[in-house]
Amino acid sequence: MKKKALPADEKREVLIKAEEPTDPNYGCKPEERPIEEYIKLGIINLDKPPGPTSHEVVAWVKRILKVKKAGHGGTLEPLPTGRGGEIQR
Amino acid sequence: MRLHAPVSEEKIRKVCQEFVGPIYQRPPLKSSVKRVVRVRTIYYIDVLEISGKDVLMRVGCQAGTYIRKLCHDIGIVLGVGAHMQELRRTRSGPFKEDETLVTLYDLRDAYDTWIEEGDESLLRKVIQPVEAAVKHLPKVVIRDSAVDAICHGADLAAPGVLRLETGIKKNSLIAIMTQKGELVALGQARMTTQEILEAEKGIVAKTIRVIMDRGTYPKMWRS
Repeated sequence: MKKKALPADEKREVLIKAEEPTDPNYGCKPEERPIEEYIKLGIINLDKPPGPTSHEVVAWVKRILKVKKAGHGGTLEPLPTGRGGEIQR
Repeated sequence: MRLHAPVSEEKIRKVCQEFVGPIYQRPPLKSSVKRVVRVRTIYYIDVLEISGKDVLMRVGCQAGTYIRKLCHDIGIVLGVGAHMQELRRTRSGPFKEDETLVTLYDLRDAYDTWIEEGDESLLRKVIQPVEAAVKHLPKVVIRDSAVDAICHGADLAAPGVLRLETGIKKNSLIAIMTQKGELVALGQARMTTQEILEAEKGIVAKTIRVIMDRGTYPKMWRS
Protein backbone atom coordinates (compact mmCIF):
# COMPACT_ATOMS: atom_id res chain seq x y z
CA MET A 1 0.00 0.00 0.00
CA LYS A 2 1.11 3.61 -0.33
CA LYS A 3 3.49 4.66 2.40
CA LYS A 4 2.86 8.27 3.31
CA ALA A 5 6.09 8.84 5.15
CA LEU A 6 8.90 11.26 4.53
CA PRO A 7 12.57 10.76 5.37
CA ALA A 8 12.01 13.24 8.21
CA ASP A 9 9.63 10.75 9.84
CA GLU A 10 12.32 8.16 10.54
CA LYS A 11 12.01 6.89 14.12
CA ARG A 12 15.13 7.18 16.25
CA GLU A 13 16.37 5.86 19.58
CA VAL A 14 18.61 7.61 22.07
CA LEU A 15 21.94 5.97 22.94
CA ILE A 16 23.98 6.99 25.96
CA LYS A 17 27.72 7.33 25.49
CA ALA A 18 28.56 9.11 28.77
CA GLU A 19 26.89 10.92 31.66
CA GLU A 20 27.65 14.24 33.30
CA PRO A 21 25.54 16.72 35.25
CA THR A 22 24.67 20.07 33.68
CA ASP A 23 25.34 23.34 35.50
CA PRO A 24 22.07 25.08 36.36
CA ASN A 25 23.85 28.46 36.40
CA TYR A 26 24.32 28.53 32.65
CA GLY A 27 21.85 28.19 29.82
CA CYS A 28 18.14 27.68 30.17
CA LYS A 29 15.50 25.20 29.00
CA PRO A 30 13.88 26.63 25.84
CA GLU A 31 10.36 26.91 27.34
CA GLU A 32 11.74 28.79 30.34
CA ARG A 33 13.57 31.51 28.45
CA PRO A 34 12.57 35.03 29.52
CA ILE A 35 10.14 36.42 26.96
CA GLU A 36 12.51 38.78 25.15
CA GLU A 37 15.03 35.98 24.64
CA TYR A 38 12.24 33.55 23.78
CA ILE A 39 11.11 35.86 20.97
CA LYS A 40 14.67 36.47 19.79
CA LEU A 41 15.30 32.73 19.47
CA GLY A 42 11.81 32.08 18.19
CA ILE A 43 10.24 30.54 15.14
CA ILE A 44 6.72 31.01 13.84
CA ASN A 45 4.78 28.45 11.80
CA LEU A 46 2.94 31.10 9.83
CA ASP A 47 -0.02 30.57 7.54
CA LYS A 48 1.00 33.11 4.98
CA PRO A 49 -1.79 35.05 3.29
CA PRO A 50 -1.84 34.66 -0.49
CA GLY A 51 -0.81 37.78 -2.36
CA PRO A 52 2.02 39.39 -0.44
CA THR A 53 5.50 37.99 -0.91
CA SER A 54 7.28 36.14 1.89
CA HIS A 55 9.58 39.12 2.10
CA GLU A 56 6.72 41.53 2.77
CA VAL A 57 5.27 39.18 5.37
CA VAL A 58 8.61 39.12 7.18
CA ALA A 59 8.55 42.93 7.25
CA TRP A 60 5.10 42.79 8.90
CA VAL A 61 6.29 40.29 11.48
CA LYS A 62 9.23 42.55 12.37
CA ARG A 63 6.86 45.48 12.75
CA ILE A 64 4.33 43.59 14.90
CA LEU A 65 6.92 42.12 17.25
CA LYS A 66 9.24 45.11 17.14
CA VAL A 67 12.26 42.96 16.29
CA LYS A 68 15.16 44.02 14.10
CA LYS A 69 15.93 40.72 12.44
CA ALA A 70 13.68 38.07 10.99
CA GLY A 71 13.81 35.76 8.02
CA HIS A 72 11.75 33.13 6.29
CA GLY A 73 12.36 29.55 5.30
CA GLY A 74 12.08 29.47 1.55
CA THR A 75 9.64 30.88 -0.97
CA LEU A 76 6.64 29.12 -2.44
CA GLU A 77 5.72 29.08 -6.12
CA PRO A 78 3.78 32.27 -6.91
CA LEU A 79 0.03 32.37 -6.27
CA PRO A 80 -0.58 29.57 -3.77
CA THR A 81 -1.33 29.89 -0.08
CA GLY A 82 0.61 27.77 2.26
CA ARG A 83 2.51 27.77 5.46
CA GLY A 84 5.77 29.54 5.70
CA GLY A 85 8.25 29.16 8.53
CA GLU A 86 9.41 32.50 9.86
CA ILE A 87 12.59 32.65 11.83
CA GLN A 88 13.33 35.44 14.24
CA ARG A 89 16.53 36.71 15.58
CA MET B 1 -4.21 19.82 -10.81
CA ARG B 2 -6.59 20.61 -13.67
CA LEU B 3 -6.52 18.34 -16.68
CA HIS B 4 -7.24 19.83 -20.09
CA ALA B 5 -9.58 16.98 -21.03
CA PRO B 6 -11.29 14.24 -19.00
CA VAL B 7 -9.30 11.08 -18.27
CA SER B 8 -10.40 7.88 -16.54
CA GLU B 9 -9.70 7.63 -12.82
CA GLU B 10 -7.77 4.43 -13.37
CA LYS B 11 -5.41 6.07 -15.86
CA ILE B 12 -4.93 9.15 -13.65
CA ARG B 13 -3.95 7.03 -10.65
CA LYS B 14 -1.69 4.81 -12.72
CA VAL B 15 0.21 7.69 -14.31
CA CYS B 16 0.59 9.54 -11.01
CA GLN B 17 2.25 6.48 -9.50
CA GLU B 18 4.79 6.52 -12.34
CA PHE B 19 6.06 9.83 -10.98
CA VAL B 20 6.86 8.41 -7.54
CA GLY B 21 10.61 8.11 -7.03
CA PRO B 22 13.35 10.22 -8.62
CA ILE B 23 12.29 12.57 -11.43
CA TYR B 24 14.07 15.15 -13.59
CA GLN B 25 13.12 18.79 -13.37
CA ARG B 26 14.45 22.04 -14.78
CA PRO B 27 13.38 25.05 -12.69
CA PRO B 28 10.94 27.37 -14.53
CA LEU B 29 11.85 30.85 -15.83
CA LYS B 30 10.43 32.46 -12.69
CA SER B 31 12.80 30.85 -10.19
CA SER B 32 15.45 31.85 -7.73
CA VAL B 33 17.79 28.99 -8.57
CA LYS B 34 20.08 28.17 -11.47
CA ARG B 35 18.06 26.64 -14.30
CA VAL B 36 19.84 23.34 -14.63
CA VAL B 37 18.13 20.00 -14.94
CA ARG B 38 18.24 18.32 -11.58
CA VAL B 39 16.86 15.24 -9.89
CA ARG B 40 14.18 15.55 -7.24
CA THR B 41 12.61 12.70 -5.33
CA ILE B 42 8.85 12.28 -5.09
CA TYR B 43 8.19 10.23 -1.95
CA TYR B 44 4.49 9.67 -2.57
CA ILE B 45 1.51 10.92 -4.57
CA ASP B 46 -1.84 10.33 -2.95
CA VAL B 47 -4.78 11.05 -5.27
CA LEU B 48 -7.51 12.17 -2.85
CA GLU B 49 -10.40 13.19 -5.07
CA ILE B 50 -11.22 13.46 -8.76
CA SER B 51 -14.03 15.74 -9.85
CA GLY B 52 -14.39 16.12 -13.60
CA LYS B 53 -11.06 17.44 -14.79
CA ASP B 54 -9.91 18.46 -11.31
CA VAL B 55 -7.57 16.16 -9.42
CA LEU B 56 -6.90 16.78 -5.73
CA MET B 57 -3.70 15.14 -4.61
CA ARG B 58 -1.21 15.19 -1.78
CA VAL B 59 2.41 15.07 -2.86
CA GLY B 60 5.28 14.21 -0.54
CA CYS B 61 8.47 15.47 -2.14
CA GLN B 62 12.01 16.67 -1.69
CA ALA B 63 12.51 20.36 -1.00
CA GLY B 64 12.88 22.30 -4.22
CA THR B 65 10.42 20.24 -6.25
CA TYR B 66 8.35 22.36 -8.61
CA ILE B 67 4.79 21.10 -8.27
CA ARG B 68 3.75 23.28 -11.20
CA LYS B 69 6.20 21.39 -13.40
CA LEU B 70 5.10 18.06 -11.95
CA CYS B 71 1.48 18.77 -12.90
CA HIS B 72 2.57 19.88 -16.37
CA ASP B 73 4.56 16.68 -16.88
CA ILE B 74 1.76 14.43 -15.58
CA GLY B 75 -0.47 16.14 -18.14
CA ILE B 76 1.96 15.33 -20.91
CA VAL B 77 2.13 11.65 -19.98
CA LEU B 78 -1.67 11.52 -19.75
CA GLY B 79 -1.70 12.91 -23.26
CA VAL B 80 -4.22 15.69 -22.59
CA GLY B 81 -2.13 18.33 -20.85
CA ALA B 82 -2.63 19.65 -17.31
CA HIS B 83 -1.69 22.57 -15.10
CA MET B 84 -1.45 23.30 -11.40
CA GLN B 85 -4.67 25.02 -10.38
CA GLU B 86 -4.07 25.51 -6.67
CA LEU B 87 -1.27 24.67 -4.25
CA ARG B 88 -1.08 24.50 -0.49
CA ARG B 89 2.03 23.45 1.35
CA THR B 90 0.78 21.32 4.24
CA ARG B 91 4.11 20.32 5.65
CA SER B 92 7.79 21.24 5.56
CA GLY B 93 10.14 19.13 7.67
CA PRO B 94 8.92 19.48 11.25
CA PHE B 95 6.31 22.14 10.42
CA LYS B 96 2.76 20.94 9.80
CA GLU B 97 -0.80 22.21 9.86
CA ASP B 98 -1.34 21.78 13.57
CA GLU B 99 -1.95 24.02 16.57
CA THR B 100 1.38 25.76 15.96
CA LEU B 101 0.14 27.09 12.60
CA VAL B 102 -0.94 30.69 13.16
CA THR B 103 -1.94 33.77 11.18
CA LEU B 104 -0.57 37.29 11.34
CA TYR B 105 -3.74 38.24 13.24
CA ASP B 106 -2.96 35.64 15.90
CA LEU B 107 0.53 37.08 16.14
CA ARG B 108 -0.72 40.62 16.57
CA ASP B 109 -3.32 39.57 19.17
CA ALA B 110 -0.70 37.66 21.14
CA TYR B 111 1.68 40.62 21.09
CA ASP B 112 -1.03 43.07 22.16
CA THR B 113 -2.08 40.79 25.02
CA TRP B 114 1.49 40.84 26.27
CA ILE B 115 1.98 44.59 25.97
CA GLU B 116 -1.44 45.64 27.28
CA GLU B 117 -2.10 42.97 29.91
CA GLY B 118 1.36 41.66 30.73
CA ASP B 119 0.25 38.17 29.73
CA GLU B 120 2.98 36.28 27.86
CA SER B 121 1.13 33.02 27.45
CA LEU B 122 -0.40 33.68 24.02
CA LEU B 123 2.90 34.89 22.64
CA ARG B 124 4.58 31.71 23.88
CA LYS B 125 1.93 29.65 22.12
CA VAL B 126 2.17 31.51 18.84
CA ILE B 127 5.98 31.55 18.75
CA GLN B 128 7.89 28.27 19.02
CA PRO B 129 11.41 28.02 20.43
CA VAL B 130 14.02 27.65 17.69
CA GLU B 131 14.48 24.02 18.79
CA ALA B 132 11.17 23.26 17.05
CA ALA B 133 12.96 23.75 13.73
CA VAL B 134 15.21 20.75 14.35
CA LYS B 135 12.67 18.29 15.76
CA HIS B 136 13.11 16.12 12.69
CA LEU B 137 16.92 16.00 12.81
CA PRO B 138 18.97 13.41 14.69
CA LYS B 139 20.34 14.92 17.87
CA VAL B 140 23.70 14.79 19.61
CA VAL B 141 23.76 16.02 23.21
CA ILE B 142 27.08 17.43 24.40
CA ARG B 143 28.82 18.28 27.68
CA ASP B 144 28.55 21.81 29.08
CA SER B 145 32.34 22.10 28.67
CA ALA B 146 32.08 21.62 24.89
CA VAL B 147 29.34 24.18 24.28
CA ASP B 148 31.21 27.47 24.08
CA ALA B 149 33.87 26.02 21.78
CA ILE B 150 31.12 25.00 19.34
CA CYS B 151 29.63 28.51 19.68
CA HIS B 152 32.98 29.81 18.44
CA GLY B 153 32.84 27.52 15.44
CA ALA B 154 34.90 24.59 16.65
CA ASP B 155 33.99 21.18 15.26
CA LEU B 156 32.52 18.59 17.63
CA ALA B 157 35.00 16.03 18.91
CA ALA B 158 34.16 12.58 20.31
CA PRO B 159 34.95 13.30 23.99
CA GLY B 160 32.30 16.03 23.99
CA VAL B 161 29.43 13.70 23.20
CA LEU B 162 27.08 12.47 25.96
CA ARG B 163 24.04 11.13 24.08
CA LEU B 164 23.18 10.59 20.46
CA GLU B 165 20.37 9.24 18.33
CA THR B 166 20.37 6.29 15.96
CA GLY B 167 20.22 6.89 12.23
CA ILE B 168 23.13 9.30 11.87
CA LYS B 169 24.89 8.73 8.56
CA LYS B 170 28.05 10.34 7.20
CA ASN B 171 27.38 13.87 5.93
CA SER B 172 23.85 13.96 7.31
CA LEU B 173 22.64 17.08 9.08
CA ILE B 174 22.50 16.81 12.88
CA ALA B 175 21.38 19.08 15.70
CA ILE B 176 23.93 19.68 18.45
CA MET B 177 22.12 20.17 21.78
CA THR B 178 22.87 20.95 25.41
CA GLN B 179 21.57 18.76 28.21
CA LYS B 180 18.96 21.39 28.89
CA GLY B 181 17.58 20.85 25.39
CA GLU B 182 18.96 24.03 23.86
CA LEU B 183 20.08 24.08 20.24
CA VAL B 184 23.78 24.96 20.06
CA ALA B 185 24.48 24.48 16.36
CA LEU B 186 23.75 22.51 13.23
CA GLY B 187 26.45 20.09 12.26
CA GLN B 188 27.35 17.78 9.44
CA ALA B 189 28.13 14.30 10.71
CA ARG B 190 31.59 12.95 9.92
CA MET B 191 30.85 9.59 11.56
CA THR B 192 27.86 7.28 11.84
CA THR B 193 25.96 6.72 15.08
CA GLN B 194 27.90 3.52 15.74
CA GLU B 195 31.27 5.16 15.03
CA ILE B 196 30.47 8.10 17.31
CA LEU B 197 29.43 5.72 20.07
CA GLU B 198 32.71 3.84 19.88
CA ALA B 199 35.12 6.72 19.16
CA GLU B 200 37.38 7.98 21.92
CA LYS B 201 38.74 10.82 19.81
CA GLY B 202 38.38 12.45 16.42
CA ILE B 203 35.95 14.88 14.85
CA VAL B 204 32.40 13.62 15.07
CA ALA B 205 30.73 16.50 13.26
CA LYS B 206 31.68 19.65 11.40
CA THR B 207 29.94 22.71 12.83
CA ILE B 208 28.13 24.37 9.94
CA ARG B 209 25.76 26.88 11.56
CA VAL B 210 26.02 28.20 15.12
CA ILE B 211 22.73 29.21 16.72
CA MET B 212 23.55 29.77 20.39
CA ASP B 213 25.18 33.05 21.45
CA ARG B 214 28.78 32.84 22.56
CA GLY B 215 29.22 33.16 26.30
CA THR B 216 25.95 31.42 27.14
CA TYR B 217 28.10 28.68 28.62
CA PRO B 218 31.52 29.39 30.09
CA LYS B 219 34.69 29.22 28.04
CA MET B 220 36.35 25.94 28.96
CA TRP B 221 39.14 25.40 26.49
CA ARG B 222 42.77 26.43 26.34
CA SER B 223 43.47 29.05 23.66
